[in-house]
Amino acid sequence: MKISGKSVIPASEITPRALFEQRRHFMQLALGASAGLLAESVFAGEKLPATLSEAYGLTDKLTPLKDVTQYNNFYEFDTSKEGPAKLAGSLKTRPWTVSVEGEVRKPKQFDIDALLKLAPMQERIYRLRCVEAWSMVIPWLGYPLAELLKQVEPTSEARFVEFVSLADPEQMPGQRKPVLEWPYREGLRIDEAMHPLALLIFGLYGEMLPNQNGAPVRMVVPWKYGFKSAKSIVKIRLLKQPPVTSWMQAGPSEYGFYANVNPAVDHPRWSQAKERRLGDFLKRPTLPFNGYAEQVAGLYVGMDLTKNF
Amino acid sequence: MNLKSLDDKSLRRFKALAFLTALIPLALLLVAAWQDELGANPIEKITHETGYWTLTFLLLSLSLTPFRRLSGANWLLRFRRMLGLFAFFYACLHFTTYLVLDQFFDWPAIAKDIFKRPYITIGFTAFVLLMPLAVTSTNAMQRRLGGKHWKRLHRLSYLIAGAGVVHFIWLVKKDLTRPLLFAAVLALLLGIRVFYRLKARF
Ligand code: HEM
Repeated sequence: MKISGKSVIPASEITPRALFEQRRHFMQLALGASAGLLAESVFAGEKLPATLSEAYGLTDKLTPLKDVTQYNNFYEFDTSKEGPAKLAGSLKTRPWTVSVEGEVRKPKQFDIDALLKLAPMQERIYRLRCVEAWSMVIPWLGYPLAELLKQVEPTSEARFVEFVSLADPEQMPGQRKPVLEWPYREGLRIDEAMHPLALLIFGLYGEMLPNQNGAPVRMVVPWKYGFKSAKSIVKIRLLKQPPVTSWMQAGPSEYGFYANVNPAVDHPRWSQAKERRLGDFLKRPTLPFNGYAEQVAGLYVGMDLTKNF
Repeated sequence: MNLKSLDDKSLRRFKALAFLTALIPLALLLVAAWQDELGANPIEKITHETGYWTLTFLLLSLSLTPFRRLSGANWLLRFRRMLGLFAFFYACLHFTTYLVLDQFFDWPAIAKDIFKRPYITIGFTAFVLLMPLAVTSTNAMQRRLGGKHWKRLHRLSYLIAGAGVVHFIWLVKKDLTRPLLFAAVLALLLGIRVFYRLKARF
């Protein structure tokens, strides 16, 4: 749901609802953060200042920080949900560079600290829907990937974007098992990558990303299943041809290139019609494009989404 | 203490001990629930734990015959019924978790799962097949069926364990390590039986 996009509202004009929403958001952040801080020590995050982007506020209840940082799918560390939080300490996020290359006029290596300053940091509250039929609501910190891509000037041949995550079994012990083909690779079509909803993310809940959430830099593409959002990115390549992603290699009949959240197209082995929002007892219906249809459905007009799953 | 034979008193003590031990996984689960330590997705956790222990008890109950063969300790067989019934007990908890906590009696969704999702189809089959074994586990039923029929019926336990392993293989997203470990144990247990059978023949 969109909330009014105006950033400065005269006090006289504040409607009770807007006020309620603002307070609610603030209290949720405070509550979520304190619940998390009580229970964990791994989260040694630095503060990351950002402006709340009201156009992307959500009235959904935030998933507590503790759950966001202790229930992770990050196979580079472990295939259990609790494993990444325990094992991600070995990841070294400084120094870190992200190389942007391929079909671009100005290929460039970005130092992580330069990336942090490349564009104004925004806070956006997004739903996250995992392909395993659970979901969260997370206050992310970052800016649109488009800001970075503009800097390297993609050529007219650039039709796809590939994200490559770090491959180093010393830092990522889960990579000693050939569960997936390492490095983890994901991809988007260029128009998806340039979409204002597609974010390059550096933090959550007001602080730098914890390692287990994909530090120091990851993607968040909220209308697609979680695995589409690559974590701990070291390379971004612009390509003429669609990249073959790690999950497509792992199970071509189960994981397609698009992986848009779609309640009408089941995973071959389980239903996608409903999801369990963490913390809820009853499942809720899954929304097309994870509730972002208004913004992104236009990208897929004329496509058969049953075939292009 | 002579491990090959066990007097009645020790047997009774051992059985009581085994009974209490078999309840530990449930106790730990309840304590974790009580302390709110089931993690971010408690329902998934409970489903996984109860499923894991169902399969573990199935394999434990199947391991007694091979162990008796290898060790000569006949009393081991006196624990088979208890372990089998615990497998059924955890299977009931597992299914109830699915029915109540996971699906909350969403019958159309459950029917769809059972008929359309192979991992549920085979898990459900295993669960249904366990029922006649549990019902006929008493001495009276054993007598009523007669040894031969009873034995034949209870050979289903291999099939059930096999179905349980396949259920596990089909439900994991990618990392097959754990289900394949169970598959290896089951293969080993069956292998020992086949070995003794062939040895008896030749
Ligand atoms: C004898 C019968 C069964 C055995 C041995 C069994 C065993 C298992 C095992 C070992 C797991 C995985 C545990 C883990 O990951 O640690 C599991 C998960 C599961 N089982 Fe069963 N199960 C049986 C019957 C059933 C039945 C009847 C249903 C429902 C109708 C069912 C539904 C599930 C579900 C939903 C999961 C979790 C799937 C997921 O997380 O994606 N199982 N079971």
